[in-house]
Amino acid sequence: MNSKLLSIVGALSITAFSAAQACEINARVSVVGNEFPAIQTVGAGAAACTGAEVSTNLTADHQKINVPGMQGNPAEYTSAIVANSSIVALMNEDVIRPLDDLVAKHGGDLQSSQLIKINGKIMAVAFMANAQHLMYRKDVLADLGISVPKTYEEMLAAAEKIRSSGKMQNPVGGAYAAGWNLAQEFNNMFLGYGGSHFEAGTANPSVNSEAGINALNMMKSLSEYMNPDFLTHDSNATNAEYRAGNIALLNMWGSRASSQTTAEGVTDAVKNGHAIAGPMTVGGGSTAASTLWWDGWTVAKNISDAEAEATFIAMMNGINPSMMNDENIRTQAVWLIDGYKPTDAAVGVFEAAKMGTTPYPMLPYMGLLHTALGAELPDFMQGKESAEQALADVEAAYVAAAKEKGYLN
Amino acid sequence: MKHSTFIWFFSPTALAMILFIAFPIVSVLVQSVHAPHKAVLVEVETCTPLVGCTIETSIDQEATRELREEKPIGRFIGLEIFSDRGHLAISEVKESWSSSTNLNEFFKKLGNLPFYRAMAFTLTFTFIVTPLVVIVGFLVALNVNALHERIKGVVVFFSLLPFVITPLIGALVLFWMIDSRGVLGSAIQWIFADPNLSLKASTGLMWISLIVYGVWHAAPFAFVIFYAGLQTLPADQLEAAQIDGATRTQQVRYVVLPHLMPLVSFVALIQLMDNFRVFEPIVGFNASAHAQSLSWFIFNDLGGETRQLSSASATSVLTIIGVTILLLPVLRRTWRDFMEKAK
Repeated sequence: MNSKLLSIVGALSITAFSAAQACEINARVSVVGNEFPAIQTVGAGAAACTGAEVSTNLTADHQKINVPGMQGNPAEYTSAIVANSSIVALMNEDVIRPLDDLVAKHGGDLQSSQLIKINGKIMAVAFMANAQHLMYRKDVLADLGISVPKTYEEMLAAAEKIRSSGKMQNPVGGAYAAGWNLAQEFNNMFLGYGGSHFEAGTANPSVNSEAGINALNMMKSLSEYMNPDFLTHDSNATNAEYRAGNIALLNMWGSRASSQTTAEGVTDAVKNGHAIAGPMTVGGGSTAASTLWWDGWTVAKNISDAEAEATFIAMMNGINPSMMNDENIRTQAVWLIDGYKPTDAAVGVFEAAKMGTTPYPMLPYMGLLHTALGAELPDFMQGKESAEQALADVEAAYVAAAKEKGYLN
Repeated sequence: MKHSTFIWFFSPTALAMILFIAFPIVSVLVQSVHAPHKAVLVEVETCTPLVGCTIETSIDQEATRELREEKPIGRFIGLEIFSDRGHLAISEVKESWSSSTNLNEFFKKLGNLPFYRAMAFTLTFTFIVTPLVVIVGFLVALNVNALHERIKGVVVFFSLLPFVITPLIGALVLFWMIDSRGVLGSAIQWIFADPNLSLKASTGLMWISLIVYGVWHAAPFAFVIFYAGLQTLPADQLEAAQIDGATRTQQVRYVVLPHLMPLVSFVALIQLMDNFRVFEPIVGFNASAHAQSLSWFIFNDLGGETRQLSSASATSVLTIIGVTILLLPVLRRTWRDFMEKAK
């Protein structure tokens, strides 16, 4: 019975897939985007279209090339795959087009939650969600009788227990590399303490506040349980530490959850002990100390309508619901696509959504503040200056940049 | 040479220099005194997955487009960017000067400003690495030159390897070796019996690592130049010195070194320029928490979601000025030699 059912499902998925194969376009499609597995799947789906050339340029440096590549007329890239932070740069430069007419014509399979609407216009189609949340070693915690931490304070207590047990010298991991990563960890903690990055409705920064100082002090306490090289550890390096069995607790991206145990060189202890949970709260607050993200695709403004239509059709093929029948594709991300059934790796992100985690701010000047945080906070983390001084430096650096870009007078 | 012949001979070079040197300099100069137009901001409703709709600030594209089309280059701001906190930080420096009771405090406050902090590292790096590169390169060249012909080729090849390796890759190799779990990092922890000792976590040790890398990478360049210079040293000069009873040290001091002196200035000139623009090791070593340089600032301004073109241009102009100041003594010397020869 089961095998019969499976073969029927299999047959259905094959027809669905061949239907996807039948995607026909008649104008050039060129996609630029990040390079993690889920995006590669979407790119491959778009490239399966026939009738015209589909090229993809999926690279970690996508943010450096997507704006220049779409500013020309005609634009080099007809579509950019972006997240809530990077769509802002494209919006600021006015290089992407509203998709309302194309969604009405070709967007049959889309769910309304997938549509990113700005000022009433659909500007992007989201296909996956992401958030940072807790990953931990259930075997290590169980051995020491520690319950899964729900708050950062509990994480600190757990870290102390693990260290004093002698199991691990530095049991906490985190992507604290100076620059973008460190700033992102600050954002998480700052929102968890109830902070808000800007004075409401203005571009004036407000990170030099009680929430900011609390956030920094908590990060400093956590860093005392981290590998001493933590300021050079990005997500990749942190995950390498986790896979090698050197750390037991970390706040990590949901999009990395499925590869945590499948990458090369993972020890058996880590494979069997790996577990994930939702994001933690901090300081007695109820807001998760994390941010909610989406990834989606856009269509360039400076291209012909025929190219825009072809791009839309190809990208729709890249997020075809029939993909959700493939077990490997399903585990790659928390898909927002119709027919997606959450896998075990998706628990953390769904928990984050349930907790009402704040989305990463989609503000024109957020990138500038993020960069200023990344450049000025390492001084505090190294103990070279006080939290107040570091945050004052952040605001001063941000204000100089925001004045240049015309956001502040 | 007739003037017309000279002009025909020189014009391709002149054209290339205008295209590849003069235009870019003019371009960064112009961009450094302009900034993007004031952004016209509006409050709009934004709807995203799993969250729903919220009111967010966004740029009013219609209004901003008008401004842009009117003046595509942006608004003229004069030297505002040069004096802001990210660059020369004029008002911050004045404030630190008046609020500090002693020089020590003043320099501490100065070190908190990105430009001066970068200068502290860049100048230290430049003035330690440049002489070391010249000395190490010279010693290696002397020793290789004294080797037997048969093994010379092999030794020259291996001595050149650090220079052949792509700078970023070389930096990454060393970076992983000094990691607290790398070969050198673990060795140092073992020697000092301190499991928390980390090269990457200490500013001083990180500077030393960067300097060691800088010397390691550039010494072969100096070596190969000096080695070539040694081949042009007439054997009879050395023989004459030997007959006069000069020791090996005296031969080097009074015969070899004066012969190679023009090459020493050349290597020093190139190295001063290169080291002032130190960049790859900072990226490769992930060292931005401890060491920054003007080139790193430019990279940081242009990358990611910020794209501060005006700021990057201003930093470029400051780099050009810095390189010029550094090279001034060497250039003056070259000019004097040239004038003496002309007499």
